[in-house]
Order: sequence, then structure tokens, then C-alpha cells
Amino acid sequence: MKWLKWSLGLIIIIGFLIWDIFFLELAFEIKLVNIILFCSLFVLYRVIIGPSPADRLVAVDILGILIVGMLALLSIYYNKSYLMDVGLIWALMSFIASLAFAKVLEGRFLDD
Amino acid sequence: MIDLIGKIFIVLGVMFDFFGVLGLVRLPDVYNRLQAATKCVTFGSAGILFGVFILNGFTTLGFKALLGIVFIFITSPVAAHAISRAAHRNNIPTAEETVVDHYEEDKELKDE
Repeated sequence: MKWLKWSLGLIIIIGFLIWDIFFLELAFEIKLVNIILFCSLFVLYRVIIGPSPADRLVAVDILGILIVGMLALLSIYYNKSYLMDVGLIWALMSFIASLAFAKVLEGRFLDD
Repeated sequence: MIDLIGKIFIVLGVMFDFFGVLGLVRLPDVYNRLQAATKCVTFGSAGILFGVFILNGFTTLGFKALLGIVFIFITSPVAAHAISRAAHRNNIPTAEETVVDHYEEDKELKDE
């Protein structure tokens, strides 16, 4: 059963990578954006079934970092610099959200 | 030549993002997942932003990418440290294969 799960996941991942890199006729940056969106599906899996609250917190933190990278790729594809502004704000806001939720998880409140 | 170096940095960044997310899904407990997922930051998204800076030079987009690297490098280790400390204070168990837990010993010493 374990080998079945392993080989199924490997086939899905490698199949997606080959289909994305060799068969889609898109620009270089859009292919990489597709790979990052595929990664964020795994992160959402960890958000949904994570056994403890800390798992969900780690996953949401990393989702913010992935989205900053994705916005950088989109900004060099469209050649518009305001998309990087969105990325900067997103990084700072996800940092503050992580700190606040970590403090609540520790058992204290926001005004300690 | 500059174009090629920037694209190499971007592809390396996307690869590190992918492997970090793979570790986030596969590893056994919160602390291991946090250790794998924080690798997304140093070479993942920061690599993508540095590649964007190399491709664009000292334009608006390039300066915004450099500012993004500074923000990410300052904020992300602080968030990771807060999350792991909160998880340990919240008594989330470690994996069965764990060999040593120094923070637990320190807390017992402090109680005595």
C-alpha cells in the first residue's frame, strides 16, 4: 500500500513537470509560475489535513513566501513594477500575521 | 550573458521552492517541517528576487526586488523562531524517532 502511494505521487509529479516544461507552448516565466502554483497545491494539502495548529501556521507562512516569488516572476513577464509593490506588502503582512497567531498559540494574548 | 545568469538564478529559486514544499509534505512532525520549509526562503524566493534584480539592473523593478530580499531575510527567521517556540510551549509532541530535546530539559531545570 505504501509503495502504491509512493509511485502514484511520483507519477503525478513527474508527469506534471514533463507536461509543463515540454508540451505547453508558453513563455519561460509562465511555465515557472505554473510550477509554483502546483507547489502551492501541496501547501494547501498541509493546511487542510495538518494534524496540529502549528502545522497549519507553518504552511500559511510558507504560502506567503511562495506568492512573493510568483509575483516577482509575473512582474518581469508583464514588465510592470507595481506587482512587486504587492509582493513587498504581502511579505510584511504575512510576517505580522505569523507573529500574532504564534502568540495566540502560545497561550498569551496580543496585549501581553 | 547577464540574461543567462539571471535565468539560472530564477530556475534555481523555483527548484528550491519545489524541494522545500516536498519536505513540508513528507516529513514527520512540526519541527522537521519547519526546518524544511524555511529552506524555501533563503534560496527559493530570495533566489527568484535576485534573478529579477540581475535581469533588470538598477531600474525601479530591480530596486524593489532588492528591497524584497531585505524584508524577507529580516522577517522570515523571526517568524520561524516564534512559531517553533509557540509549538513547543503548546506541548505539540515531537516525532517518535526524536533523539534529543534540549529545550524540554532546560524547562525542567528552570522549574526546579
